[in-house]
Amino acid sequence: MNIFLILLTSGIAVGGIYALIALGFVLIYKATSIINFATGEFMMIGAYIFYTFTVMLGWPAIPAFIMVMAGAALLGMLVEFSILRHMLGQPTISIVMVTIGLSSILTGFAEIIWSSDFKSFPPLFPRSPIILGDVIIRSNLFWGFVVAMVTVALFAVFFKYSKIGIAMRATAGDQMASYSMGINVRTMFTTAWALGAIAASLGGLIIGNIGGVQPNLGSIGLKIFPVVILGGLDSIGGAVLGGFIVGILENIAGGYLDPYFNGGVKDVVPFIILVVILMVKPYGLFGRREIERL
Amino acid sequence: MTLLQADNLNLSFGGLQVLHDISFSVDDGEIFAIIGPNGAGKTSILNCLGGFYLQDHGTIRLDGQDISSLSPDRRAAMGMARTFQNIALFRGMTVLDNIKLGAHSYLQTGLLAAAFYWGSAHREEMRLRAEIEDKIIDFLEIEHIRKQPVSALAYGLQKRVELARALAMRPRVLLMDEPVAGMNAEETEDMARFILDIQEEWGITIIIIEHDIHMVMDISNRVMVVNFGQEITTGTPESVQSHPEVIKAYLGTKQAVAAGNS
Repeated sequence: MNIFLILLTSGIAVGGIYALIALGFVLIYKATSIINFATGEFMMIGAYIFYTFTVMLGWPAIPAFIMVMAGAALLGMLVEFSILRHMLGQPTISIVMVTIGLSSILTGFAEIIWSSDFKSFPPLFPRSPIILGDVIIRSNLFWGFVVAMVTVALFAVFFKYSKIGIAMRATAGDQMASYSMGINVRTMFTTAWALGAIAASLGGLIIGNIGGVQPNLGSIGLKIFPVVILGGLDSIGGAVLGGFIVGILENIAGGYLDPYFNGGVKDVVPFIILVVILMVKPYGLFGRREIERL
Repeated sequence: MTLLQADNLNLSFGGLQVLHDISFSVDDGEIFAIIGPNGAGKTSILNCLGGFYLQDHGTIRLDGQDISSLSPDRRAAMGMARTFQNIALFRGMTVLDNIKLGAHSYLQTGLLAAAFYWGSAHREEMRLRAEIEDKIIDFLEIEHIRKQPVSALAYGLQKRVELARALAMRPRVLLMDEPVAGMNAEETEDMARFILDIQEEWGITIIIIEHDIHMVMDISNRVMVVNFGQEITTGTPESVQSHPEVIKAYLGTKQAVAAGNS
């Protein structure tokens, strides 16, 4: 079997999941210009909510899935409403520090509530691997990819056609003009946080389903930075493309180079990409350049 | 009949008093201009009316209703539209999308329908689009560019799209911040004609800030002159032009005015 094809396929699958998590960053950044460093922890909380409902309470998967979205939306709105709304007009560095602090707080809460033990979900999909022509792919990864792509597509449609989606795009474009169009900009901020948290939590659910849950599951969120930087922090299309590029490159590089370096290449490659991108194209492939006529 | 009334607006940023007891009332269907030198507080007045600045004290009434502490989006929903000095269009969207956003405030559909674009929201959208296309686009002569992204348009056209978006809100009051700034003579003339037509055909009350003194004097029903955050005088263009304080504060010497008019 062709090793390149295998690495490429799993790279695409992982990339699709990265794209969904990247969406969690982009949705919030686009509307509010805040980089949410707690995105990884939103993922982790999402995974734990799913664990709570399926394993601890014995709910079936679909209602538990809905509870994850509801819980994440609630978390996102709570964070915006109780913390970030009061940070309006503060320097960027203060807001960044707040989200980093928030990530530690969420990790701490998770340890208190669910302990730091490793947990895993009940099997959601048939265990047998998926066979696509020459390539065999793990079923959890395959279905995770499918769920991620469907979610990303739904978000894209929502943004393009729904009235709230259009109002959110308007808010991202120009806040003052949006206000004067009768758009409640604050509500849009809250909505953006809710949607960003939903995207991240579903990403966390997928990751948790593949590799289990523990309080530091959120550290994967850091790996998403290269994805959003590559795609441009405010571009949904860029997030998707960035997800695929990073997923594919890290898998292929890891597959070919790991034997020479005692492993770990996979985890380094995204950050090498990050550094190169910041040097060559600091706004990413599709990001908006901040040039304003004064 | 008075549509908009401002009483004793005071505004300061830190120790700097920007507006000092500004009072005026605008009649229904009138074109009311606010003029004054740079830094006189004109845009601050507009921002207070629109709800972007909250005055330290003073009241603003729209059709008798106190709107002094309402947020900008609530005021927009009550029929207050605005165009900006630095064009504030939504870049990356087409002309039509921008105009459609103007209708955002008065679309009456529930949250769920609005979120998913079903049923009545969809029908309302369709009806609205037809109405907008027929009327506003036609009126402002931007038919040829409606599918184009706004960022690719010439400056004068962008200003016109911004005006179209404001009209799509079906406002009762339109606040215009320097609508002809940076325009050439021909574009200025077009815009002046549009403003007069908006007043005449649509019955919209217009409050305008402008540096182009000839245009203001040509189209306004009444003019208020401000300087250093204080009202100097308010009246018809003719009476304002001959006011000695105005000539001193704004227009320069008498000779310069005479030269400018000749």
